[in-house]
Amino acid sequence: MISGLRPGRLPHPGTVLVWSVPLAICAVFAWMLGDILLHGLDHLSFSFLIEEPRKSGRAGGIGPILVATCLIVTICLTVSLPISLGAAVLLSEFLRHADRSGRAIRISLDMLAGIPSIVFGIVGNAVFCRFFGFGYSIMAGGLTLACMVLPVLIRTTEQAIGDVPEAYRLGAVALGFSKLRTIRRILIPIAAPSILVGALLAVGRSFAETAALLFTSGYVDRMPSSLGDPGRALSIHILDLAMNIPGGDAAAYGSALVLIGLLFFINGAIQCITLVWRRTAGLTAAI
Amino acid sequence: MHNLGVASDRRVDSGDLGNPAPSDRAAPARRQNDALWQIDDLSIRYGRKVALAGVSIEIERGDITAIIGPSGCGKSSFLYCLNRLSSDVQGCCVSGKVLLNSHDIFSPDTDQIALRKRIGFIFQKPNPFPLSIRRNLELPLREHGERDRTRIEGMIEATLRAVGLWREVKDRLNAPALQLSGGQQQRLCIARALVLEPEALIMDEPCSALDPMATSVIEELIRSFKDTLSVVVVTHNLRQAKRIGDRVAFFWCEGNQGKLLEVGACDQIFNAPKHELTRLYVMGGIA
Repeated sequence: MISGLRPGRLPHPGTVLVWSVPLAICAVFAWMLGDILLHGLDHLSFSFLIEEPRKSGRAGGIGPILVATCLIVTICLTVSLPISLGAAVLLSEFLRHADRSGRAIRISLDMLAGIPSIVFGIVGNAVFCRFFGFGYSIMAGGLTLACMVLPVLIRTTEQAIGDVPEAYRLGAVALGFSKLRTIRRILIPIAAPSILVGALLAVGRSFAETAALLFTSGYVDRMPSSLGDPGRALSIHILDLAMNIPGGDAAAYGSALVLIGLLFFINGAIQCITLVWRRTAGLTAAI
Repeated sequence: MHNLGVASDRRVDSGDLGNPAPSDRAAPARRQNDALWQIDDLSIRYGRKVALAGVSIEIERGDITAIIGPSGCGKSSFLYCLNRLSSDVQGCCVSGKVLLNSHDIFSPDTDQIALRKRIGFIFQKPNPFPLSIRRNLELPLREHGERDRTRIEGMIEATLRAVGLWREVKDRLNAPALQLSGGQQQRLCIARALVLEPEALIMDEPCSALDPMATSVIEELIRSFKDTLSVVVVTHNLRQAKRIGDRVAFFWCEGNQGKLLEVGACDQIFNAPKHELTRLYVMGGIA
């Protein structure tokens, strides 16, 4: 299996070096996962998932926090996915070749993508909570998160569409497809798997986001009754339990396990959606 | 039909390419109804670089016109002007007149989509979409407004039969097109163009990426189009041009810009070329 490893011979030092890096990465991941599983598993139960937290989270569950988290991420994706698709099509198909405005947009996006999330939190607080008057709310948190993931999402989507070979583009145009139909019928379906990978990264990032939400969606761990209510995100809950609440470690581990489980679930779901999508679109080959 | 070729020979003479004599172009009365394309003083630039200059040629309806010449003399660029695909190539600038059935296709009122439906284009490298075989043929039909399922199925079968692919793929129409061999893929691309019932096919070195067996199948196919379809085919293979061409156009590169040196009936170009360079080229003396 591993080239360079033959029975009765010492492996080449280069082989050892090359393989030690991915092994180390896997080992760190396994260690983290193992640690969380070990400490969090016995805390995990159905009631933990649906109950309201008691004693500042030391007891009870994370029901309202899960609801708030999912609402925040849903708002984030509902807003950011269509915008990023539109912007990516604009960048990759209409402002393609060294267009000055295209370049300015790309540079701005790359710089935005590198801005620390806490800055997005403060700006989100100023814009959504105060200027638009949403206050500390799930809405403000979701919109702030959308702003935060947009730069990365646009760039990965643009890359995905841009990576579709020119031959398909010209082939469609030569068959009398209009530009928009070429994008809709050929480019986006072919790029869909890569676009979804980008979306997956955005989902992961928004589930795990803490700093941007501290100032926007708030800290309240009650069950939200509307999008205008504040809500505590799972990652903030973990931060709070681990850092501020003495005796909250066990609940923190339990919450972390739920967070990781959610990410695994969403990853799997998106893979399934991609597969079904490709099948219904008749897409068969990997690009 | 063959006498028609002679009439155009007098027009193309390297001496007057830059400044074609008006009297020469005034009255091609004898074959007015037979020319599908009438191209007059066509020049193509990419930015500042002139790819092709002062080309005037008439392409007969129902003929197979083979275009030969060394690489980089603007043959492909010329093809791109025949169905205005050049408008979709970044930085490509066209001047001169391209009349298709006496209509200037570069005039602003040209319906590009209808134009490309009538003029099919086959690329050098087979470029079936990464979809199923069926979907490759269905998509252009649907794009041009065909909704009736039974009609679509019928047309798919008819075109696959026309390119000799039906027997090979009839049991796996839903299989990925990219699983086909190179020659089969190219025939699928030809079928994809034929399914729209075009009046002409433009082929840019359709066999250069194929093995000799697949090449002879495609050549046979091109010959079978004679009289029902006009074909313009660029080829680097002189023997192929001799085998399939009714008329042959010889493009040459002079001072880094391409031009049409000579055009005539296939026999005349290969046996009694008027131009010394043509004679040397078809003898294999220069490339």
